[in-house]
Amino acid sequence: MVENDRWGNLLAHLILILGVAVVVFPVYVAIIASTHEGGTFLRGVMPLLPGGHGWENYSTVISEGRSNAGTPPIGGMLWNSFVMAMMIAVGKIAISLLSAFAIVYFRFRFRLFFFWVIFLTLMLPVEVRIVPTFEVVASLGMLNTYAGLSIPLIASATATFLFRQFFMTVPEEMLEAARVDGAGPMKFFKDILVPLSVTNIAAMFVIMFIYGWNQYLWPLLITTDDSYYTIVMGIQRMVTGADSEPLWHLVMATVVMAALPPILVILFMQRLFVKGLTETEK
Amino acid sequence: MQTKRMTFTGSRVLPYLLLAPQVIITLIFFVWPASQALWQSMLRQDPFGLRTTFVWFRNFERLFDDSHYLVSLKTTAIFALGTTVLSMSLALLFATQVNRMIRSRDAYTTFLVWPYAVAPAIAGVLWWFIFNPSVGILPYMLEGLGYDWNHRLNGTDAMILVMVAAAWKQISYNFLFFLAGLQSIPQSLIEAAAIDGASRSKRFWTIVFPLLSPTTFFLLVVNVVYAMFDTFGVIHATTEGGPAQATTILVYKVFRDGFVGNNLGSSAAQSVILMAIVIVLTVVQFRWIERRVNY
Repeated sequence: MVENDRWGNLLAHLILILGVAVVVFPVYVAIIASTHEGGTFLRGVMPLLPGGHGWENYSTVISEGRSNAGTPPIGGMLWNSFVMAMMIAVGKIAISLLSAFAIVYFRFRFRLFFFWVIFLTLMLPVEVRIVPTFEVVASLGMLNTYAGLSIPLIASATATFLFRQFFMTVPEEMLEAARVDGAGPMKFFKDILVPLSVTNIAAMFVIMFIYGWNQYLWPLLITTDDSYYTIVMGIQRMVTGADSEPLWHLVMATVVMAALPPILVILFMQRLFVKGLTETEK
Repeated sequence: MQTKRMTFTGSRVLPYLLLAPQVIITLIFFVWPASQALWQSMLRQDPFGLRTTFVWFRNFERLFDDSHYLVSLKTTAIFALGTTVLSMSLALLFATQVNRMIRSRDAYTTFLVWPYAVAPAIAGVLWWFIFNPSVGILPYMLEGLGYDWNHRLNGTDAMILVMVAAAWKQISYNFLFFLAGLQSIPQSLIEAAAIDGASRSKRFWTIVFPLLSPTTFFLLVVNVVYAMFDTFGVIHATTEGGPAQATTILVYKVFRDGFVGNNLGSSAAQSVILMAIVIVLTVVQFRWIERRVNY
């Protein structure tokens, strides 16, 4: 701190408190709305203080859902989201570790070519090539399966690049020592490289779990069977599925349940999350 | 490209085996669909899907004659620009203030980063609820000010709604990068300027802001890409491109023409244009990062 300026600091706190209020406001409103009964929303503007129906709203969405409007109980959707996010996170990390290992520690023909093939995937988000990707998945019979939900999204180059970057910083002496002791490539990988990368793997996991959990367009396209709906796309069905006004108290209870898991991941693993974010993208 | 000085030499097949999973998935789900999109963008199907003809670049020509497409281009530009400016300026403001703090820095950071975890579609639904004309809080307050908010009928209102939702979610990302950028600026420069009598705002605009320019450029590209592609959920879950296409951004149009309208040739041509945009933006971003511009 260059100079001590009390009014400036006070102003800074004021700006930040206002900022935090703006950032928190939408979720506060959602939590409040999820504690009122349905009738509250017919009477006009929603209240800003909690009501007394929270318990029954949450138990309704968890156990019954809104079967009449075509949305299943959210327990199953939460499970599907969890499976999809885990498969994407673990799958991405596994295939990226292997390919980064190959690119850094081996010399072989077409190495540069493969590097570019992987690099290409960095560029194109699913959203720009949805129709042809959908056709591929459909012709492989992967609609309405967990494999179809996760495998097409596993191919992305970010994790490969992070691990490549990290492997380049591992001292050469490690490899020499391992070779002197007679360790083969896979033993070196398993006993030295992977244990050294644990922090990076964890940071990557946080980012990829959130990425997988928050997928929207892809599950919307390839699931028609409601036992494969994920929670984020399920909300859209709740909002637009009914002809009348949405049942706000139930929608908001679902929104809170859908947003909670990734938010908890970030709050509990904040340091890893920040590391993963700032290091992958730079 | 760099390699290790020392590499494994014994096995000839192993590196290919290690690369296989990633390369196979990339080929099946990226390279093949992308080339399909290229191919389909030059075909036209009759309405019943019975006959397909090769039409060269006619689909592209038709797109650029189509006023709906041109309007959608303009909508996308406005949306991307608005979202980027709104979320980056708020994030920079918060980051500079948090950077002054010592004891409360971590607490504020925690409160500002979590919206990153909220899915775009959920962010959309949250703000859609707040802006809802009959039960929402903001229209009620705006009515007190004499403004009749209705994003179902008014295109500008709908655009503001999706912009706010998209920008809100992106604040935390920008905030983290700006904070990291601010912390890497040497304190000695700022102290030297202070000793020379530069005021706080002068120090910010003549020292901090120029030194922050690599971060700002990087975020500019990332935010434009985010606004153009990742915000599909915001729009699909709330306005569905309406009213009267006021919020139909390019990605949403690809989806609607391809899946709802079943106009595959046109949708593929739009995909190809989007891919070109992404590639250009990525190249621009990499060049900037390589050079590490400062001034």
